[in-house]
Amino acid sequence: MTVTIVHPENMVYTRPEGFTDTPTHYCPGCTHGTAHRLVAEVLQEMNILDKTIGVAPVGCAVFAYNYFDIDFVQAAHGRAPAMATGIKRVLPESVVLSYQGDGDLASIGMAETVHAAARGENITIIFINNAIYGMTGGQMAPTTLPGMKTTSSPNGRDVETQGYPIRVSEMLATLDGAGYIVRRSLHDPKNIRLAKKAIRVAFETQVHGLGFSMVELLSTCNTGWGVTPLQSLAWLEEHMIPAFPLGDFKIAPAVAALKI
Amino acid sequence: MRREMWKGNEAIAEAAVRAGVEAYFGYPITPQNEVLEYLSHRMPELGRAFVQAESEPAAINMVYGAACTGARVMTSSSSPGISLMQEGLSYIAGTEVPMVLVNVMRGGPGLGNIAPSQGDYNQICKGGGHGDYHPIVLAPASIQEAVDLMPVAFELAHKYLNICTILIDGSIGQMMEPVLLPGMQPVVRKEYDWAVSGAKGRKRHFLSSIYLDVPTEEKVNLRILGRWREAQANEIRFKEYYLEDADFIVIGFGTAGRIALSAVRTARALGIKVGLFRPISVNPFPYKRVEELVKQTSSMLVVEMNTGQMLKDVQASVRNRIPVRFYGRLGGVMPFPDEFVNEIQEMIKNPGKPEDDSADLWYLRMMAR
Repeated sequence: MTVTIVHPENMVYTRPEGFTDTPTHYCPGCTHGTAHRLVAEVLQEMNILDKTIGVAPVGCAVFAYNYFDIDFVQAAHGRAPAMATGIKRVLPESVVLSYQGDGDLASIGMAETVHAAARGENITIIFINNAIYGMTGGQMAPTTLPGMKTTSSPNGRDVETQGYPIRVSEMLATLDGAGYIVRRSLHDPKNIRLAKKAIRVAFETQVHGLGFSMVELLSTCNTGWGVTPLQSLAWLEEHMIPAFPLGDFKIAPAVAALKI
Repeated sequence: MRREMWKGNEAIAEAAVRAGVEAYFGYPITPQNEVLEYLSHRMPELGRAFVQAESEPAAINMVYGAACTGARVMTSSSSPGISLMQEGLSYIAGTEVPMVLVNVMRGGPGLGNIAPSQGDYNQICKGGGHGDYHPIVLAPASIQEAVDLMPVAFELAHKYLNICTILIDGSIGQMMEPVLLPGMQPVVRKEYDWAVSGAKGRKRHFLSSIYLDVPTEEKVNLRILGRWREAQANEIRFKEYYLEDADFIVIGFGTAGRIALSAVRTARALGIKVGLFRPISVNPFPYKRVEELVKQTSSMLVVEMNTGQMLKDVQASVRNRIPVRFYGRLGGVMPFPDEFVNEIQEMIKNPGKPEDDSADLWYLRMMAR
């Protein structure tokens, strides 16, 4: 897509360099696009687009490699941190991004996630937590809230039989290998700006070899939740933030010393 | 260079190092532990990548990631661990990236035991993971042969962008033999036009095994098949012993083939004109050579440490033209050469008919013991 700017001085917004021209397949209102953009902006600002290798998950972001104009591989369900480990160990000078949703990261891939963090693997995970399986049609996720209706918890998640949601960031923060673990939200511009800053710190953590970094992003799935995009933003703020408090769960002293 | 005593698993590990393996990812399982243990010190001392993964699925997916860089990468495991790796192996096959797998087979199914077995021939040769793919499988019968095949395995994996498996059993992994190791090859990472490394000064590369457009997926399948057909045409390997004047032929791979060689020598000493055919590439299987051998022999004996998995490949070449007898031991039981000698003698005494179901007759003999 070629766009001619008649008055270049008026241009305040453009596609980041790290994007291809491919329009995303995400549902209108979904925050995946926002998360993608923040990552692309950070990689561009750090001037590391040409040394970054992305790992796409299985889930809604399975086609992330179509949207980022960087080297990319596509992992098996949940195995992205293992694949990222393999790449990083062979190419230690590269920057490795693993982009995963909650089903991928916290259910089938929990072992890979925990052990990558425990090893202090120098990779960065962008963790999209929208409390649901989006790609497969809205089933219960490991982060689905108690009482929340999904296609596999049609009467609402019953904690007596279906257990409780997992707070991944808090759990990973207990591991010595983790350098930077924070949770942010994408429900409004202020929080989006804070999310971008966190993504920057996460990649700086990796570039400086300071261990495993993960930014958990509370995200919407208006389609899976069965609400409008606007309602989904409000729902996130009202229901998800109390269950998944925003905050910094692990900032290793060496990461804090970077003063980013 | 001189011959040294080496334990099989350690010799294989060192042979991989000398063949230029850049990264190893593995998980403990008996009887292959020494590959992992040896490389845990050997790889770091050479500045190469080693990770003891949290599981076999993690190990194979680390291999998958590393293979996407075009480096020489490998893992090793044993039967239950290989089962756990099947998902990753299918993805690696579907993404068309090269890797070497060492499978030190043990008794099964299930947790089974840690004794030598050949029960995973079908799993490893016929795919194992989902989808249409054909891994290259080499089955050495000694530590020396395993060592000699390690560089070959890497070359084939990279030539055909495929999985190349060294298929041995616990006995080869655990025993010690005098071995002549090859010299150290330099680590050379080939420049591939598909490998990921960071898109510096070039268009981005991306690697995936997902093709939602079904005609494209069909084309990918045909491309994988095309490379497999080339491997079938070029990579047949086997060894023949005493076949020149043989009236009877024994066929066995790996350890069963090695035990059969002792049996064949004993039978020769008894005046029986018997020879041994030992496939080394069990996938691609030497179908054509077996077909040629049908013309010079009156009957064949297939010996395996399983229920007759390779037997089906032999029968695909024989096609009921001559009688084929089968003898197998299961669950980690290693046959003695005398058992094979006895089978050779029984075959000559009562060759049976070409259309006999040899696996069925063997089962009935086993149950009547």
